[in-house]
Amino acid sequence: MYLDSGVLTAVKILVVGHFGVGKTTCIGSISEIEPLRTEEEITEASVGFDDLSGTPDKTTTTVAMDFGRLTISDEVVLYLFGTPGQERFKEMWEELSRGALGALVLVDPERLSDSFPVLDLVERFGLTYAIGVNHFDGTTDYPLAEIREALNLSERTPVVACDVRDQQSSAQALITLVHHLLSLLD
Amino acid sequence: MIDEPHEELELTSALVPLFVITNGRALPPDNTYERTTLVSAQEGAAASARTLSPEARRVLELVTEGFLSVAEVAAHTHLPLGIVRILLAQMEESGHIIARKPVPPAERVDREVLNAVLDGLKARFGA
Repeated sequence: MYLDSGVLTAVKILVVGHFGVGKTTCIGSISEIEPLRTEEEITEASVGFDDLSGTPDKTTTTVAMDFGRLTISDEVVLYLFGTPGQERFKEMWEELSRGALGALVLVDPERLSDSFPVLDLVERFGLTYAIGVNHFDGTTDYPLAEIREALNLSERTPVVACDVRDQQSSAQALITLVHHLLSLLD
Repeated sequence: MIDEPHEELELTSALVPLFVITNGRALPPDNTYERTTLVSAQEGAAASARTLSPEARRVLELVTEGFLSVAEVAAHTHLPLGIVRILLAQMEESGHIIARKPVPPAERVDREVLNAVLDGLKARFGA
């Protein structure tokens, strides 16, 4: 449960996407701990936790957010924060994006338009990102080039197919993001 | 794990407003306790734990054995993140806990960290 005593640096990557896209599954497949959940209050007019239910007259709402952890080396621990991609969570985005290495944006090829608000937030908060196209059971293989075009992505933004239930596949999507982050420092 | 039983928690009643738990104190602005700040109990802190609120004591007990992130403290205690931040700020001031704050972003550090993350992911998942 506790971090190794030599761990001095904690870094974070955000796993973002619309409701039901597989953020928690992705985090759970990579995390060394069972995904944990924080609860925090947001103070806007709101329609409940991550669109699960409609309670439109509230002005403060508790948002639950799942996260995971991966000890990367003797000194560095990586936290993965599942981050809902709706405009009304932008208060939380302030803190979450500060110091974040980057974001893995999960998209569902059947619900591409749901990813526009997510991409809008990621770009507004200046996060470098890669796209993970989550393959759900039974979905057709979409050509990644078409998805890139539909999402209006820059040429440089990596787009990878992944199955977030699969550890190797989720890890590969993260590795793609980290490669991209490193390439931008050159 | 996600929904641990609450029975063992010794908490101020749910009827007590949250500002009472924190003695009405707000978070000091220069002390933000981001969710990746790592915290642990100061050696010998348990001795003076009786002066703390039940919630603060619960936090202190949790981090007596080692370092955890602020996010993990909130998750394990089932306290809202905002409350945990205020309690931690108070307990750092009173010398009960120590905190390792995230390193501010800088290009050199980023490169080192990113390489460490890349190597770590590859080593771990054989990718």
